[in-house]
Amino acid sequence: MVKSNQTRSRWQRFLDNDIVYSFFTTPGAIIAASITLIAITATFAAPLIAPYNPFDPAQISLWDGKLPPAWTDGGSSAYLLGTDNQGRDMLSTILYGGRISILVGIAAVFLGMLLGVTLGVISGYFGGLTDTIIMRIADVQLTIPGILVAILINGIGRAALPLELREEFAIYVVIVAIGLTDWPQFARVARGATLVEAEKEYVQAAKLIGLPKFTIILRHILPNTLRPVLVIATIGLALAIIAEATLSFLGQGIPPTTPSLGTLIRVGNEFLFSGLWWITFFPAIALIILVFSVNLLGDWMRDALNPKLR
Amino acid sequence: MNNLLEINNLSVDFPSRRGQVTAVNKVSISVAKGEVLGLVGESGAGKSTVGNSVINLLEPPGYISGGEIIFDGTRIDQMSNEEMRKIRGAKIGTIFQDPQTSLNPLMTIGKQLSETLVETLKISGSSARQKSVELLDSVGIPNPVQRLNAYPHQFSGGMRQRVVIALALAGDPDLVIADEPTTALDVSIQKQILDLIKSLCKQRNLGVIIVTHDIGVIAEIADRVAVMYNGQLVEEGKVKQVLQKPKHEYTKSLISAVPSGDQKLDRFTVVDYIDGSEEKVTLTNVSEHWLSQNKSSQTHNTAITVKNLSIEFSIKQALLRKNRLVLKAVDDVSIDIQTGESFGLVGESGSGKSTLARLIAGLYTPKSGDINIFGHDVLQRSQKAKTSLIRRKMQMIFQDPYSSLNSRMTVEDIVSEPIRFHRSTANSNETSKVVKDLIAFVGMPISSIKKYPHEFSGGQRQRISIARALASRPEILICDEPTSALDVSVQANILNLLKDLQEELSLTMLFISHDLPVIRQMCDRVAVMQNGKICEIAETDKLFDHPEHEYSKHLLGLMPRMDLFRL
Repeated sequence: MVKSNQTRSRWQRFLDNDIVYSFFTTPGAIIAASITLIAITATFAAPLIAPYNPFDPAQISLWDGKLPPAWTDGGSSAYLLGTDNQGRDMLSTILYGGRISILVGIAAVFLGMLLGVTLGVISGYFGGLTDTIIMRIADVQLTIPGILVAILINGIGRAALPLELREEFAIYVVIVAIGLTDWPQFARVARGATLVEAEKEYVQAAKLIGLPKFTIILRHILPNTLRPVLVIATIGLALAIIAEATLSFLGQGIPPTTPSLGTLIRVGNEFLFSGLWWITFFPAIALIILVFSVNLLGDWMRDALNPKLR
Repeated sequence: MNNLLEINNLSVDFPSRRGQVTAVNKVSISVAKGEVLGLVGESGAGKSTVGNSVINLLEPPGYISGGEIIFDGTRIDQMSNEEMRKIRGAKIGTIFQDPQTSLNPLMTIGKQLSETLVETLKISGSSARQKSVELLDSVGIPNPVQRLNAYPHQFSGGMRQRVVIALALAGDPDLVIADEPTTALDVSIQKQILDLIKSLCKQRNLGVIIVTHDIGVIAEIADRVAVMYNGQLVEEGKVKQVLQKPKHEYTKSLISAVPSGDQKLDRFTVVDYIDGSEEKVTLTNVSEHWLSQNKSSQTHNTAITVKNLSIEFSIKQALLRKNRLVLKAVDDVSIDIQTGESFGLVGESGSGKSTLARLIAGLYTPKSGDINIFGHDVLQRSQKAKTSLIRRKMQMIFQDPYSSLNSRMTVEDIVSEPIRFHRSTANSNETSKVVKDLIAFVGMPISSIKKYPHEFSGGQRQRISIARALASRPEILICDEPTSALDVSVQANILNLLKDLQEELSLTMLFISHDLPVIRQMCDRVAVMQNGKICEIAETDKLFDHPEHEYSKHLLGLMPRMDLFRL
């Protein structure tokens, strides 16, 4: 038992936290977090660290196209992971592409979380008809495979845009499509947590004070439902990145002019049988490592935040 | 071999990241055949850990760090899991606290019993069935042959605990360990179960260890008692001797902290051994303090008037009215509570007393009936503003100190929320001053305000709850079993605090409890509730000395007779 709490700084308290402690004693979590962190930093610092800018036509030369990785026969030391059919450096393209993948993933999860948690908490707190309507919509959406819903929303979104804006707004359409696909998961988790919290006596005490419903939800219930939501969000991030890659692979997502990892894999796929394996292989590996580490992180978080397991 | 079980210098350690915690420290006890040993102590004393280490079911990471456990002449603390499993089934039976969770809900009682019998006694299915009937009969279950095919949910709590006892006896054990066997049960059932355990012990010549926090249980059943405090054995001896002439200071204060049901005292005896001395907190000038401002100018003699109040909960929903099942939780209840009075509401679990409190507080809406608070009808739809103003004068202290505080807010935020929301202070300086006053008033150090609820014990949290309730400047305080989740020593402190508050702020109090002695100490008048109805309303002393209603007499008869042991 540590008694002298007053003298400890915020940082010491933070380190003393059980979740932080669990993090530093779980090797898997540290590795997963490090890889995720490196991936995010590297992709977001792409303009600074990437050897080339794949979107700058001046730096691309078609003569250098289809070069294999540096360590194989015919490879050039100028291009570590080789080049694609247009002569773009694979390493730089992956860094820039990964940035778009992560951005789309995070934005989509945020959208899904915002929508899902709002609806879920409302559904759980008010119950009755509101609850029935919201949760039945969620149930119906869950019966259709997510990627089909995303393709549908994506298709509608594109069709609604004027032709000249489609490329420019493609990324936003993808974000909305994935976000709208994600929300039922968040709604279910938030609703479950709300049902538990709303029964607790501190919520009843808040009612007795006379606080309006909105304040009770925002100040008392919402903060206490965020733990399970955070877990779903992390695992959801991995799924959103995959969803984006799938959409792009199917040609429904990010256009090849500003490729994401999924777009890169699709483009590379066309050259797979011509023996140009590296164009699809390296983006695929990057995607796997990224998704895997985010997933591991989510797994650890689920264990650490589950009061039953602690 | 004299003793059935001998525990010598047992120590149990729980390694944790903040260092080793010694849960049990060099405890030596023994049980003979045909003897009931009571192991008593407050939460965290290590009493359950002793029981668990005998059956080798210590929760990881706990381990036995020293001493030995000798059962029937063999040392069992170093046995492998496999060897231990055989002894657990056949030689040592266990009764757990909660009969809800210690039976498998998907298996019939008969299946669960014969499974255990076949496994431990190596007998055939048909003779196991025969034996199951005998066992159920011996634990007092009527119609045992028919009941074999029933599922656990078809039994009441007390009957279920009898089945658990039958299961513990299935392997024909020599020793039975009962860990808080009656804590989850109502008083009326508690006595039956204790009598059963005692008579089985004598009939079968069993050694029994009863682990409990309740001295009343010990007085009822045990032959010898061992008192534990903070992992150590502080006193051991014959029950009569320990309860009448306790030698150790801790035992003395523990016994005196149990509220007595036979006479009304001024204050509860405080266990000074544990918490140190308790000073009576007083604000220097309560009548001029913020807390006393804003009192309603009009004086009503009756604070709360409830007339023909009813509420139903639907148990089974159906389209047709005749198929619907409803539970009348509160059924045609009428009470008047005078201003400044302390009104008690007593009854067993499920009697509807908490529901009634929540109806009055406005957390539930009644099906029919009237509620008047200070002469204002709070159920009418017009004059909503006035209703909410009146409701604010009514605050509630809840039962569970662990769920009644928002764990994501600091104590300061929790206590100041009502003040800030109602803008009842002039500025934020005054708010923080009032919060500090309130915290001091409920007997907590000022340094607590920056901390979060998880840094406090149950009793301290209950004090914070009280401070939060006071922050709304209530005139009526509803206490729903405010101490039933707390240890006796802490209970005395909280009840004294509530008494002081009531006196100084001249609050009207509605006090709900299942604990008769507590009610006797706290209340001026009492209502006895059963199945949603009020049986009797009387002055406290009159009710306790001359109960009129049959059910009141029945309840009072079940009160643990600690006075037999008091000198």
